[in-house]
Amino acid sequence: MSQAGASRRLRSAPWADKAFEWLTRVFAFLVFSILLAIVASLLVGSQLTLEKYGLSFIWSGHWDPVKEEFGALVPIYGTVVTSLIAMLIGVPVSFGIAIFLTELSPAWLKRPLGTAIELLAAIPSIIYGMWGLFVFAPLFQTQLQPVLINSLGNVPFFGALFAGPPIGIGMLTAGLILSIMVIPFITAVMRDVFELVPPMLKESAYGLGATTWEVVWRVVLPYTKVGVIGGIMLGLGRALGETMAVTFVIGNAHRLSASLMAPGNSIASALANEFTEAVGDVYYSALIELGLILFLITTVVLGLSKLLLLRLARHEGVQT
Amino acid sequence: MNPAVAGASAVNPENRLYRARKRVNFVVLAVSSLALAFGLFWLVWILGTLLYEGGTALARAALYYQMTPPPGADGGLANAIAGSLAMVTAGTVFGTPIGILAGTYLAEYGRRGWLAGATRFLNDVLLSAPSIVIGLFVYSVYVAQVKHFSGWAGAMALGLIVIPVVVRTTDDMLKLVPNTLREAAMALGCPSWKMVVFVTYRAARTGILTGILLAIARISGETAPLLFTALSNQFWSNDMNAPMSNLPVVIFQFAMSPYENWQRLAWGGAALITLAVLLLNILARALFRKSD
Repeated sequence: MSQAGASRRLRSAPWADKAFEWLTRVFAFLVFSILLAIVASLLVGSQLTLEKYGLSFIWSGHWDPVKEEFGALVPIYGTVVTSLIAMLIGVPVSFGIAIFLTELSPAWLKRPLGTAIELLAAIPSIIYGMWGLFVFAPLFQTQLQPVLINSLGNVPFFGALFAGPPIGIGMLTAGLILSIMVIPFITAVMRDVFELVPPMLKESAYGLGATTWEVVWRVVLPYTKVGVIGGIMLGLGRALGETMAVTFVIGNAHRLSASLMAPGNSIASALANEFTEAVGDVYYSALIELGLILFLITTVVLGLSKLLLLRLARHEGVQT
Repeated sequence: MNPAVAGASAVNPENRLYRARKRVNFVVLAVSSLALAFGLFWLVWILGTLLYEGGTALARAALYYQMTPPPGADGGLANAIAGSLAMVTAGTVFGTPIGILAGTYLAEYGRRGWLAGATRFLNDVLLSAPSIVIGLFVYSVYVAQVKHFSGWAGAMALGLIVIPVVVRTTDDMLKLVPNTLREAAMALGCPSWKMVVFVTYRAARTGILTGILLAIARISGETAPLLFTALSNQFWSNDMNAPMSNLPVVIFQFAMSPYENWQRLAWGGAALITLAVLLLNILARALFRKSD
């Protein structure tokens, strides 16, 4: 009798284990479904334009809220071009920083320098936007843009990219600021994957007389290339979806221009600028469809990045 | 010609190839140092600008107790600061438990089945998803249904950004807890929920707290998701069910305006937010380092 009582006290609540496990499972499922819920809500919200324009929404360049004609080409182009500029500058710089931090830096400097670069990611994006508009753009307009226009602007074909008056804001400015913003993300991944290279491999190469650069280029990079590409994709995903910094400096013009100096628009900044002022169901629906396109693009890019990083981790035998 | 001689000539300083390799190496390392300087340069420039432009505004006491002014008049950011604090608090309170419980499932129970793997993957995608889309989502499922902007909607959007950060850190930190600790608890007859709550949570406490601090830092500066949810409000408001003023959106509006005094205030707010976010980041790092 007393023994039975004791054992009942021991397993005071046999259901508690199951309940706790299910509680956590329900919340995990909730997190799992957030992404799907976002896609579903955006699909429902953009039904009107999805039916009205179909796929032509993507390549039509008209954006006329008054006549209720909408096409996403200009913002999509702006998003892609600014992100490409950001990658063009951000990737080599991040690679350089990662080399410095893993191969060159004295041990005592690694942590403070690494933290400083990571703090670039902590600065809120609206601060980048304000700084870009009030400090960077005026300097860029008076100092750098005239030089670019006078030199590169005269090169045949290529020159069209740098034609036009220097107005400070525009796609090039947005791309430059984005490039600063993606540096910490790409650098962090590159650093992490570079640290995965077995010291034995690197030491063997050094032992054969390789220079630091040859070790990085011939040993470290081939070993980690999947992870490096994953890091670049992560940065790209960030750049594509960046809103506030771009909104401040891109100029918000619904116009397709060959020149990078011209103002343009990106998906995120079109949303930030127009959504609260939109009138009419079609206008709303068009903006929500823009959001849907942005979300699908970034999800694919970020998913790919994650897959690549997972592949490196599996190859390495460690969990990320 | 014997191999020893060939080997010697390969490292001979006079050797042309050797010198070229050394030169390439030197150039690349110099360039990588420049890349680092490039990164630090922007950090210093941006922080310097903030202190220079926002410093005087920060030192004015009126910034903290006066309301946002109409153009041309004097004023502060009190309502925006209060609104931001309210929404960030509500968002953290809303997102943290969900994140911790979901993260617990991933680390403790999700060894079998598809749910843990799939959730971990989608969560990592959410972690970097554009925050403006989160704003659109909350707009369509909440704001458009109740037909008005509100502080709660803003808090919800911020909470949705907190969740993936907390899930990720909880999962990572629980996985760092040694299995022997779990086995010891089980061997003493501890039910598994008690083992998780009283043993593994405790062991991973600082790590999880670090994640929460980083999440707070992240949402404190988020502007895009608040544009369509909390909107803004020129006056003091205690009603979370109505449009609510908040620092990031006020900064956005004031900075884009042509009025000099609004722009001054925007710089003050920008400096305030950045200081808060950087402090939170440094605090989180210090906390985490102490726990290693």
